[in-house]
Amino acid sequence: MSELENKKNNLEPDLQNEKVTSHEENSLDVNNHEEIKILEKTEIRSIFKNPENLRRRKVTNSIMISLCVAAGIITIIPLIYIFFYTTKSGLSSINLDLFTQLPKPVGETGGGLANGIVGTLILVGLGSLFGIPVGILAGIYVTEYSGGVFSTLVKFVTDVLSGIPSIIIGIFAYGVIVLPLQHFSAYAGGFALGILMIPTVTRITEEMLKLVPQTLREASLALGVSRWKTTLNIVLRTASSGIITGILLAIARVAGETAPLLFTSFGSSFWPSGLDQPIAALPVQIFNYAISPFDDWHRQAWAGAFVLIFIVFILNFIVRFITRNKLQS
Amino acid sequence: MSESEYENLVNVDIKDQQDQNDEVAASSVIEETPGKVSKYAIRTEDLSVTFNKRIGISGITISIKPQTVTAIIGPSGCGKSTFLRSLNMMHDLNPKAEISGEIYINDVNILEFNTVELRKKVGMVFQKPNPFPTMSIYSNVVAGLTMNGINDKKLLNETVERCLIHAGLWNEVKDRLKSPAVSLSGGQQQRLCIARTIAVNPGIILMDEPTSALDPLSTLKIEELIYNLKSEYTIIIVTHNMQQAARISESTAFFYMGKLIEFSRTRRIFTNPHEKLTEEYITGKFG
Repeated sequence: MSELENKKNNLEPDLQNEKVTSHEENSLDVNNHEEIKILEKTEIRSIFKNPENLRRRKVTNSIMISLCVAAGIITIIPLIYIFFYTTKSGLSSINLDLFTQLPKPVGETGGGLANGIVGTLILVGLGSLFGIPVGILAGIYVTEYSGGVFSTLVKFVTDVLSGIPSIIIGIFAYGVIVLPLQHFSAYAGGFALGILMIPTVTRITEEMLKLVPQTLREASLALGVSRWKTTLNIVLRTASSGIITGILLAIARVAGETAPLLFTSFGSSFWPSGLDQPIAALPVQIFNYAISPFDDWHRQAWAGAFVLIFIVFILNFIVRFITRNKLQS
Repeated sequence: MSESEYENLVNVDIKDQQDQNDEVAASSVIEETPGKVSKYAIRTEDLSVTFNKRIGISGITISIKPQTVTAIIGPSGCGKSTFLRSLNMMHDLNPKAEISGEIYINDVNILEFNTVELRKKVGMVFQKPNPFPTMSIYSNVVAGLTMNGINDKKLLNETVERCLIHAGLWNEVKDRLKSPAVSLSGGQQQRLCIARTIAVNPGIILMDEPTSALDPLSTLKIEELIYNLKSEYTIIIVTHNMQQAARISESTAFFYMGKLIEFSRTRRIFTNPHEKLTEEYITGKFG
């Protein structure tokens, strides 16, 4: 220890003890360091001087990577295939009549799917009117006001509901709405689609609301803003873009549903005449045309499939565009 | 403002306080019962909070004078924030929290307030700046007003200007009031949050480590701001930074293991504390 340090220690006797301990620690550190170095050397030798081990590790690595890449490719292939095949088979049958004309009777060529397109829009609209508010409110309940047994039950039931086959939902809507009213109707179709939307919307709302930091809720409450105003103006608004994405997913999913509509909106060859009447739907028409023996109908079914995919795509695009503007203002 | 000037100001103030130590504080912040002078802005009696039967704080009895800055210090987990959050009933959000004892705000029992009305009188600034991300700077400042249905454009404009000037942010943001609040720096965001809090005109502002997420320069600005706000508001600040407590507060409370160990004038706490525990904490022997 140098003279200067000695002096310092005399001046600050309290510090002397600390100095000593820190010195000890230092020397201990050095020892540790050397030990680590020795360890490192042996480790390194075992890894790099052992070519067999190294080769085995490299092989394992490349096998796992190729498995991952393969899984990735398997995921993309169906989508690319669907896009490619639908476009190839459907695009040639796309013409103005398809969007403006009613279906022609069997044997006559031409005609279109206009009623189906309009019907699908109406059905999806009705479904959204029912499914989106219920889904969002349920999601809010589960995240913002949960705590009891009931909210756990709601969460569980939502999960189960999302796994129920859509045809069962169709049968349920048949039993609840079609049977009492004694006829098929757009209401029944919309109801079935709405129920199908609820689990998706609820789940996404729940996940998005969970992502809103608790401090934002507290900040709003601390300003003397009531709970429901906080939920509406702060929590929901902050989560809105994620929730909108969830709604889009739900809409895109139900727009192509066929099974639940078979027993509810039934389908029709005419323009929609009222919401309490059977109504045409694009997926149902595609199904009916595809199982028919007529080449012309097969072509129209392909065109219909193409249009359906296109509608979903446009819907996505429009909603995204509108909400992006809203968020900026 | 340099640090030494700060110290001077604080010291002068403490002297003033010593002079009128036994007098009833002349100023009053009470509004709802005119004519009645409240000696204490905040008073708690045997206040305890438990979370799921685990004790957060217990037996806190404290009286805080209006228009003062009170610092709360203590090691992590000692109940500083728990105490602070019980003053504006923030524990309501946690169904497992149970509160016993009494809290008086301007001599009115906290239970007589509607929770929403109480929070309009007792504002809060949080550890991390938390401006509303979907709102502009302007909307953030008046969020407490607009969400409660006040839409008078003239009043809102005045409030925004007054509060931003008060928070020392006006010159930095006056040309871009409509830009998103999250585009501001962390220090600016925290001053925005303070502006947002004073926009609803609370008599009391609770601050939960408001500078712990900020750089030294922003911290200095917030401290200046707290110092300036003292003439109008009663401020309670939780801080891990003992120098900060010494710089800005008149009185300091030391919490340890959920108990109030010592509460007295800041200068006394830092120069000649009554309790051994306080001394050990302040000199860095633990915590």
